[in-house]
Amino acid sequence: MSDGFLVARRRWRVVSAALPGLPQLLTGRWGTGWTVLLTWLGCLWVLTARYERVIGALGGAWDQSLALVTLVVSLIVAWTWSWRDVSGSDRPLGIGVSQWDLAARAFSKNHTAVAGLIVIIALYLVALLTPLLAPYDPAFQGNLITERYVGLSTVHPLGTDNYARDVLSRLLYGARISLAIGFVAVSISVTIGTLLGAVAGFMGGIVDGLIMRFVDIVISFPRLVLLITIIGLFGSSIFMIVAVLGLTLWPGTARIVRGEVLSLREREFIQAATVLGYSKRRIILRHLIPNALGPVIVAATLGIGNTIVLEAGLSFLGLGVQPPTPSWGTMVAVGRDDLLGAWWLSTFPGLAIVFTVLAFNLVGDGLRDALDPRLRT
Amino acid sequence: MTRYIIRRLLSAIPLVLGIATIVFFAVNLAPGDPTLYFLSPGMTQDVIEQMRINFGLDQPVHVRYLRWLGAMLTGDFGHSISHSRPVLEVLVDFLPNTLILSACALFVAFLFGIIIGTIQAVRQYSIMDSAMSVVLLFFYSMPSFWLALMLILTLSLFARNVWDLPIWFPASGIVSVDYDFLTFGEKVRDRVMHLVLPTLSLALVLTAGIARYMRGSMLEVIRQDYVRTAKAKGLSEAVVVFKHALRNALIPVITLVGLYIPVLFSGTIFIETIFAWPGMGRTIYDAIFIRDYPLVMAGTFFFASMVVVANLIADVLYAVIDPRIRYE
Repeated sequence: MSDGFLVARRRWRVVSAALPGLPQLLTGRWGTGWTVLLTWLGCLWVLTARYERVIGALGGAWDQSLALVTLVVSLIVAWTWSWRDVSGSDRPLGIGVSQWDLAARAFSKNHTAVAGLIVIIALYLVALLTPLLAPYDPAFQGNLITERYVGLSTVHPLGTDNYARDVLSRLLYGARISLAIGFVAVSISVTIGTLLGAVAGFMGGIVDGLIMRFVDIVISFPRLVLLITIIGLFGSSIFMIVAVLGLTLWPGTARIVRGEVLSLREREFIQAATVLGYSKRRIILRHLIPNALGPVIVAATLGIGNTIVLEAGLSFLGLGVQPPTPSWGTMVAVGRDDLLGAWWLSTFPGLAIVFTVLAFNLVGDGLRDALDPRLRT
Repeated sequence: MTRYIIRRLLSAIPLVLGIATIVFFAVNLAPGDPTLYFLSPGMTQDVIEQMRINFGLDQPVHVRYLRWLGAMLTGDFGHSISHSRPVLEVLVDFLPNTLILSACALFVAFLFGIIIGTIQAVRQYSIMDSAMSVVLLFFYSMPSFWLALMLILTLSLFARNVWDLPIWFPASGIVSVDYDFLTFGEKVRDRVMHLVLPTLSLALVLTAGIARYMRGSMLEVIRQDYVRTAKAKGLSEAVVVFKHALRNALIPVITLVGLYIPVLFSGTIFIETIFAWPGMGRTIYDAIFIRDYPLVMAGTFFFASMVVVANLIADVLYAVIDPRIRYE
């Protein structure tokens, strides 16, 4: 290792100490660079501009504490990650490169997908930091006579709604609902779908027939019709929405996993595992599912976007999250009452949905290309 | 071929039966019942009980299930509580409107999707290709109800009131208030104008998926030898693409019809609510809230069965069109 290299490294360390992410950005790794740099600057901004609220959050409500923890953790992670990366040990390439490393490398070459990933990380950070970030309380009402339907201004960047509440603040708080529901519902459906799909594919016979016929039936329903029927009749609550969304999405995953497992089942390594006398449970959980995971991750990422749209739709119809809790779908519905006079009410929450879903779709597409070795270039 | 079609038809029967079962139990295990619709203050418990007996709600669930299934087999879908007439009549009234809307949306979506996908494939990796991909992905990520509102905002409200454009589209209903007084030509125009915004709201979201699929399928086809031969013969690019390549590239796209019909039906609930379109989606949605069980069950069952039928048709079409596929 030459002296010049060490000097360069020391210089990068100085840069990294002040602005983590900048070294990576300048050396051409803009994906990681932007993520770290934006996290660092954003969190510092919150710390300085909202320091009263940060102090107030100590021992506050659970979401304030969570925001505080997120703030501190992301600052530490961003800083140390960049520091380590700059001064890190040079792991020789080619040794111990796993399939996942290869996929990560292919993914990082896909610029639109990386941009999508940055947006998603930013969205989750914003959602977690909202109590510190939002200019107003989402339920705070201004003067109902003078401050209703105020257009875009510096006081209310995105205007106010029919109850003189700040749209930007409600948008930020709404992100929590959308992202949380999307994530939890998809986790449920992916777990169920993967397990049932793997069991159906591996066992075959009657078990396979029963599971897949059920899958066929559920898939035949226009999903929204099924959702509004169940939620409309059983009553709406966050728990109900998450459960129903989660329980209607899994058939798609099950089909994908079954297809994968059917082809994996004939491979030598599964036959070897069978010959070795491993239990069916072990073969399914340790050998089949990890190898079928690629398409599942893709489906899950795309599924989160899909689920966010569906949740917004349910809220739009009045079946989702109930007011006054802000949710993007409800906000779009509120704007419907005075579309011409207050166009910003429906427009911005809708744009928030579009960009969130777009980010998930971009990442999903990128993952599809990265995880499938046949598509790697 | 006939054997394949028959087998495919037979396999749809348990599917439809399963759909009916799920619909019945989802609706009947929910708390509350249709008597809520007639409930008024000062009603005694006796009257409610009598009502429950009249509706047959005093029977255990499995008895009701078998009765409902049996009645349905004879074409009797029950009596709609909120509309006060047979469910079948209600369906016959509203279904055509939904079908018109869905058919228009499907047509527009496939037309746009096929054209855009073909252009993208022929000019692969050009600026046009990537620009179209970005725009399409943007529409693909859009909730249809929001797109509908934005279309109303721009092409109807702003176009009419703010920008003073010569053309703006009506945002509600299937015909204007003065429809009866129009001449025939004006009537047709009025109907078409009312169709534009709901159709676009439904179609644009679907277009992206179709275009992407079409692009992939077209790319595969134009790399084949027979296309190169056609080009080598000196035929113009337009003839090669539209006469030789398009036909084969369209085959896999047919399967999308079956795939998109449930998405389309889901969309109609929003679109019909927003545009005050008197169709099935809105009828079911309204029926759920007033607990019109017979209508909810029949409507949901119809929707799901139409999906099965659409899939069936797509499969059979696929087998008919593509001679490479043999199912014997």
